[in-house]
Amino acid sequence: MTHQIVVVTAGLSDPSSTRLLADLLAGAAGTALPEAEVTVIELRPLAHALTDHLLTGFATGELAEALAKVAAADGLIVVSPVFSASYSGLFKTFFDVLETGALDGTPVLIAATAGTARHSLVLEHALRPLFSYLHAVVVPTGVFAATDDFAGDALRRRVDRAAAELAALVAARPRTAKPDQFDRDLAAMGDFESLLNG
Amino acid sequence: MEYGIFTVGDVTTDPTTGRTQTEHERIKSTVAIAVKAEEIGLDVFATGEHHNPPFAAPANPPVLLAHIAAKTERIKLSTSTTLITTNDPVRIAEDYAYLQHLADGRMDLMLGRGNTGPVYPWFGKDIREGIPLAIENYALLHRLWREENVDWQGKFRTPLQGFTSTPRPLDGSPPFVWHGSIRSPEIAEQAAYYGDGFFSNHIFWPAEHTARMIALYRARFEHYGHGTADDAIVGLGGQVYLARNSQDAVKEFRPYFDNAPVYGHGPSLEEFTAQTPLTVGSPAEVVEKTLGFKEYAGNYNRQLFLVDHAGLPLDAVLKQLDLLGEVVAELRSHETPSPDVELVETPAPEGSAS
Repeated sequence: MTHQIVVVTAGLSDPSSTRLLADLLAGAAGTALPEAEVTVIELRPLAHALTDHLLTGFATGELAEALAKVAAADGLIVVSPVFSASYSGLFKTFFDVLETGALDGTPVLIAATAGTARHSLVLEHALRPLFSYLHAVVVPTGVFAATDDFAGDALRRRVDRAAAELAALVAARPRTAKPDQFDRDLAAMGDFESLLNG
Repeated sequence: MEYGIFTVGDVTTDPTTGRTQTEHERIKSTVAIAVKAEEIGLDVFATGEHHNPPFAAPANPPVLLAHIAAKTERIKLSTSTTLITTNDPVRIAEDYAYLQHLADGRMDLMLGRGNTGPVYPWFGKDIREGIPLAIENYALLHRLWREENVDWQGKFRTPLQGFTSTPRPLDGSPPFVWHGSIRSPEIAEQAAYYGDGFFSNHIFWPAEHTARMIALYRARFEHYGHGTADDAIVGLGGQVYLARNSQDAVKEFRPYFDNAPVYGHGPSLEEFTAQTPLTVGSPAEVVEKTLGFKEYAGNYNRQLFLVDHAGLPLDAVLKQLDLLGEVVAELRSHETPSPDVELVETPAPEGSAS
């Protein structure tokens, strides 16, 4: 079975520098893992469905498919624009509604874009703690790109390095079927006699 | 197969008039709705238990149900739900057995864990113990209705020695119990273990979610030797708004939908009806959608509809019920007799439906 690499990008404009960085990372991941299938998920078209999920508690249609793809991914690349010194609300909402446990052990490459390099630590103070909390394995190299960075080739080197780290983690990870929330609840339940005995 | 309505007793501002019923009006309306439910030929009326605004549902459902029992002759009275976590099982045993006598057996109850975390400390309980409380309290309740001198010791209340709950269940037949849960497999397992009913209130959820919980319950019911998976006693929630024709139903219900506390300001009415069991339309549309529930729930035993929430005034609810009467008559004509039906509608020994 080929590895599934899923790219989640929260850029809002078209063209979007966030999408541009996502595509660079997707390409580099594809090179580092030639067997892998790489899928890009744009969050902008899911914005309404995400708000509905916050209000109703369940996902529908394309959002449900996107959440399922992310939960089933062997490796994840996530890219957010920086809004008010952190990831965007849209980006956070997607991971807010993802099922608990969906990213347990999943290798994740974190990346962000901003207008200025003064936001570069957003990866370390916002994205890395978020994905650590979600029990993902965050690759050591994060990729931050200010607008200026797209002009030089230093960005390309960081992209390749981060993609190589992601590829190594994905390749080293054993392939097992991923249980969903219901499966995990069921597995954690035990038999009724043990529940009865507290 | 039983059909009925269930209410949570919400006091919600009517978005079309800006008017909010007083608690007194809401409580009296609930009684009128229950009496009307019997008139139109429904089998069950169930009330929630609540301890917080904006609800005017009883804190102890037998208070309301005993009153309705005195005003009706045939309809079965139930709960949606009785809190097995925060109520002392001794009080549940006694209050509901007393109700069973007053109602000449026309009652059962559905156990649940509550709609809000803060309810636990109001009754001196720890929310982190939600599932263990549900498991231990029911284990005691189950014995109190079946044994006269109970010696008991557990984690959550003082021990009992030679305790007899009073009154004893009518004719020695414990009230039938449903266990309600949206997403906890432990509760489906608990219902299966005892051979009790399992109720999935799937009104705000997509069907696939409900289907897995019911499949689990049916398999475990058979595992514990209560009968085949098909014999398992399943109940489902549903939510409808009815008008003679579809367009009027949609037009009338939309402002209530758009402002409803649970799903308002989110998906459109059209999206939500496509995604969940909510049906807004003509009697024929409600019949069709309700019959579709069997495709994932199997041949089930009880269907309860929510008809009185989101600020709908009493006269609108009563008008709905007239149409719901037609729906239920039509649904009954689609039923094929099966052993399931007998199981629920005939008084039966303990561990089965009564």
